[in-house]
Amino acid sequence: MTSDSTDSAVSGVEIQLEGVTKRYPGSAEPAVKDVTMTIPAGQIVVLVGPSGCGKTTTMRMINRLIEPTSGRITIGGEDALELDDVRLRRKIGYAIQQAGLFPHFTVAQNIAVVPGLLGWDKKRIAERVDELMDLVGLDASQFRDRYPRQLSGGQQQRVGVARALAADPPVLLMDEPFGAVDPITRGNLQDELLRLQADLGKTIVFVTHDFDEAVKLGDRIAVLGEASTIQQYDTPEAILANPANDMVAGFVGAGASLKQLTLLRVRDVDYPDLALTADVGESPSELRARLARAGDTYALLVDRRRRPQRWVHVRNLSAATSLANIGRPVGDTVSTQSTLQDALEAILAEGGRAVVTGTRGEYVGMIDIETVTGVLAQLREEHESAGDAGDAGDGVDGDGTDAADGDGHGGDAGRAGVARGDAARDGAGRADGGVDGDAGAAADSGAGTS
Amino acid sequence: MSDVDVTGLSSEPGLKRADRVRLLAQPLAVLVVVGAVLVWAFARETDEIEAESIQAGVLLTKTWEHLLITVVVTAIVVGVAVPLGAMLTRRWAKPVAPVFLGIANIGQAAPALGVLVLFFLWTGWEGLWAAALPIAFYSLLPVLRNTIVGIQSVDPSLVDAARGIGMSPRSVLLRVEMPLALPMVLAGIRTSLVLAVGTATLAFFVNGGGLGELVDTGYKLNRPAVLVVGAVLAVGLALVVDWLGALAEQLLGPKGLG
Repeated sequence: MTSDSTDSAVSGVEIQLEGVTKRYPGSAEPAVKDVTMTIPAGQIVVLVGPSGCGKTTTMRMINRLIEPTSGRITIGGEDALELDDVRLRRKIGYAIQQAGLFPHFTVAQNIAVVPGLLGWDKKRIAERVDELMDLVGLDASQFRDRYPRQLSGGQQQRVGVARALAADPPVLLMDEPFGAVDPITRGNLQDELLRLQADLGKTIVFVTHDFDEAVKLGDRIAVLGEASTIQQYDTPEAILANPANDMVAGFVGAGASLKQLTLLRVRDVDYPDLALTADVGESPSELRARLARAGDTYALLVDRRRRPQRWVHVRNLSAATSLANIGRPVGDTVSTQSTLQDALEAILAEGGRAVVTGTRGEYVGMIDIETVTGVLAQLREEHESAGDAGDAGDGVDGDGTDAADGDGHGGDAGRAGVARGDAARDGAGRADGGVDGDAGAAADSGAGTS
Repeated sequence: MSDVDVTGLSSEPGLKRADRVRLLAQPLAVLVVVGAVLVWAFARETDEIEAESIQAGVLLTKTWEHLLITVVVTAIVVGVAVPLGAMLTRRWAKPVAPVFLGIANIGQAAPALGVLVLFFLWTGWEGLWAAALPIAFYSLLPVLRNTIVGIQSVDPSLVDAARGIGMSPRSVLLRVEMPLALPMVLAGIRTSLVLAVGTATLAFFVNGGGLGELVDTGYKLNRPAVLVVGAVLAVGLALVVDWLGALAEQLLGPKGLG
């Protein structure tokens, strides 16, 4: 996989916040204090932080639902504070918790609001509505004329996303859009969003208090503290590997290393070719001799296409006349596509190490617990040095850490690729095979833009 | 997800059985009672004084005058209270909202006859407007209050969504807030209408006409039949107007709710 294979169009634009502050009259402390950050074009940036930290306020200042007291916001180089606020908002998609659909409008009317405000003609609007419903996975003929209360929460949320995308805005603001649906639906919606984003390449500012959601969706995560001060602004890997301070560490919560394993794939690590393999047709005595020479006690039997079959111990060989039916079947294997979390599961189930198979199911190596812990240690070390080089608290030091990160993963799978891979795994796990391929493309495009 | 829920018709939201029965029964009851009283009144022997009042032309004129006052009052109330209520929910008007609500409260708390007479003493007017204006002031509150409460009870996240996707403040009010507040506004108008019909019986004090005149005549000249006809017609009219209000609530409310 190379980073420039499918360079899908980035239709998003860069957003810059410079010293943005919001101070409400009558309160001594500002609600948002001097936030400076760059949100790169075509990426998903997740603002995450505890309740009341001002993350929503920060987001709402981008489309000026809340006017900043001071500071500068540019969207695609244009000064957002100079524009007419209503016109500005028509160019920025907006999706909120519980979808915020107008209950007295049908699904089609809800989606059609912004194109209508922009003065599109009826035919174009109708076509766009159908196109968008298809995009978010709703059958237009079935759902077009329904009212929101006739939809499930997940369907409402899809319509909410479709409405936000209606006029094809370069920027999307999403305020906990999946906060009010059940975990399974939420997972599906997250996968869908990643799939959409792979095609659309919008700049998405996503607010959530759920760090796992941030890790799953974010190309970058900004962990915000009190008054929206940026505690750390970096890739999910970097934050997991090296939280900038206690507050971030607390927010990352327990299991940071486990979370990190979901972001890495087996192909990204150096797994050793430890096992001695033998074809089923080989004679037992021959194999015994080979094992003795190698000083090994176990051999892995593979079939003609080198797919792992069984483990045989040297003891079994003396009495055996053929390798055809001796040994213990190989249990869990992991593919090079698997995440390290899956690999760890297989390692534990297999008692210390697991067989790694390639794309056609052939044996390519072994992965053991030392490999996994080694990768984590290495990542932590890299991010520590990267964190020292840049200024983790600054929030606009993206390039330095990004580069370091790419190197850390062996270069072939950029950071975004790893994150999207995670989505692909989850999508596949929910029996949605189509997501897998798309997410692969997302990985490529993401890497291409970084 | 249950299909039953999904395919549930939205054209008659929340039209419960009791409401349905009432929508049918109310006009029928009015028809029967008013019809019976009229038949009785016309069939019985009348003296000269009674005959002057109990005749089709007079009854129609009085009912028409009564309706006219009601319609004018309603027009004034809707024309003033709905826009005023909507305005008072705007953020910049928040501080003055209690002032207006207070004034409307006074209007309703004061006895209707008092308001009517004070207005007459102040202006010296007589006739339709002398009756309609104070009665409108008297029945302003339900619409004003319901408009304000109706708009305020619109889910703030919907207003946020409407603003967030780029609706102008005007669009937010007209396309989101007002339609969603409409059931409450209509309920307020219905209350106001019933109040207006009732209060319009006092219009004869300022030469405004209406069914109150029959009641007054019957009382002063000791002709109970005239009094009864006037009173029954007034009650019937109030019930019909209430029925029309209920019908409007059913038909005009926003679709997709409930």
